[in-house]
Amino acid sequence: MLPQRMAQQTLRRLAVQNPAYRFAIPTAAVASTNAFRLQRRLVATQSVSPEEATESILAKQRLVRPVAPHLSIYKPQITWYLSALERVTGCFLSAGFYVFGTLYLAAPMLGLHMESAVMAASFATWPLLIKFPLKAFVAWLFTFHGFNSLRHLVWDTASAIQNGTVNKTGWTVVGLSVASALGLAML
Amino acid sequence: MALRLATRRMALAPQAFRRGMATAVETPASNLKETSDPNAKNKTFQIYRWNPDEPTSKPKMQSYTIDLNKTGPMMLDALIRIKNEVDPTLTFRRSCREGICGSCAMNIDGVNTLACLCRIPTDTTKESRIYPLPHTYVVKDLVPDMTQFYKQYKSIKPYLQRNTPPADGRENLQSKADRRKLDGLYECILCACCSTSCPSYWWNSEEYLGPAVLMQSYRWIADSRDEKTEQRKDDLNNSMSVYRCHTILNCSRTCPKGLNPGLAIAEIKKSLAFS
Repeated sequence: MLPQRMAQQTLRRLAVQNPAYRFAIPTAAVASTNAFRLQRRLVATQSVSPEEATESILAKQRLVRPVAPHLSIYKPQITWYLSALERVTGCFLSAGFYVFGTLYLAAPMLGLHMESAVMAASFATWPLLIKFPLKAFVAWLFTFHGFNSLRHLVWDTASAIQNGTVNKTGWTVVGLSVASALGLAML
Repeated sequence: MALRLATRRMALAPQAFRRGMATAVETPASNLKETSDPNAKNKTFQIYRWNPDEPTSKPKMQSYTIDLNKTGPMMLDALIRIKNEVDPTLTFRRSCREGICGSCAMNIDGVNTLACLCRIPTDTTKESRIYPLPHTYVVKDLVPDMTQFYKQYKSIKPYLQRNTPPADGRENLQSKADRRKLDGLYECILCACCSTSCPSYWWNSEEYLGPAVLMQSYRWIADSRDEKTEQRKDDLNNSMSVYRCHTILNCSRTCPKGLNPGLAIAEIKKSLAFS
């Protein structure tokens, strides 16, 4: 019993250091004695050092790994949709502000008339079907960004950040902004 | 020995053949015999597949249909059943099957959650879509590469840092009120559901720490026994580590343990602002 176990242990140690197929050949010698059973492997294994594994194998694998799908598959939820809208409306508002401001500054040089009275008069000549939606849209950019920013300010005081509250305030902002934008457009 | 191998290979052959036939467009009924049973509650699962052994082939969605009457109630049960009985090549991580190890985090029907805590929707007309955690590098099928996540976790030094020995020489004591501050923080199992649900983390995972790691950071900032609070806050006080959080709050919405990483990050920002 004892010598058998010792032989097995020795073999195991050798197998760790050497590829297994080296031992697969002298079967005749082994078959004659039943002292220990020899492990036969159909596949040769090679030991790889941890450094080698991380530097060559892992690095090569990482180069080809795909990125899991994200924006396209994530469920539409009020949390990230309103956050995206906050950014988009902010971009529209600031872009509008800068474009209008620059034009207003440059108007005398370009020969443009951008006085309030002139602009109001020319806007009034547009058909209602274009006028009203445009007014409502611009008003909504402002009301949405305004109301939703209040939400963000409250969050920065580390309050009202519970799933239920976030949902409620989110839908409130959607409703309030649309209603107030329509109201502003009808002025 | 040789005989045993041969018989095993023969037994495996039909299985392997069926597997080879399985593609995204395959009619699902051919997967298991049970699905032809008139009383069967067949549900189709569309599962993201990518095999690193064929790196040039694109990731694809593969559909599996199984009978819900013969499947456990949770998504993980379905996945395990598919792996056992339909397609042994399907790869995913799982361990505890009770929401405490965080291994089976994945994107199920568009939301990040733990497969073991997610019930299979009983509506069999709709198919369920299962993806790996969003915007992670895919090791294989549903297995994401978490190296960066763990590195970030290590970077916040998630352990008690003290210079002075405890007063009684044995334990670092804490009042009940101070201990209560850690509730809702220490329960995090680091499954990365929240971090990978955060669009900010998708775009900036190189430098932004992400909700899970930030909540653990706050867990140590809030700990009355820790003596490196100021240093911990200093480490976070830059434009990337914490301020890439734009309070989108997908994190709190998706946490399968019901924790609130968004609130923890807001607390960090507040403590940075007032210090």
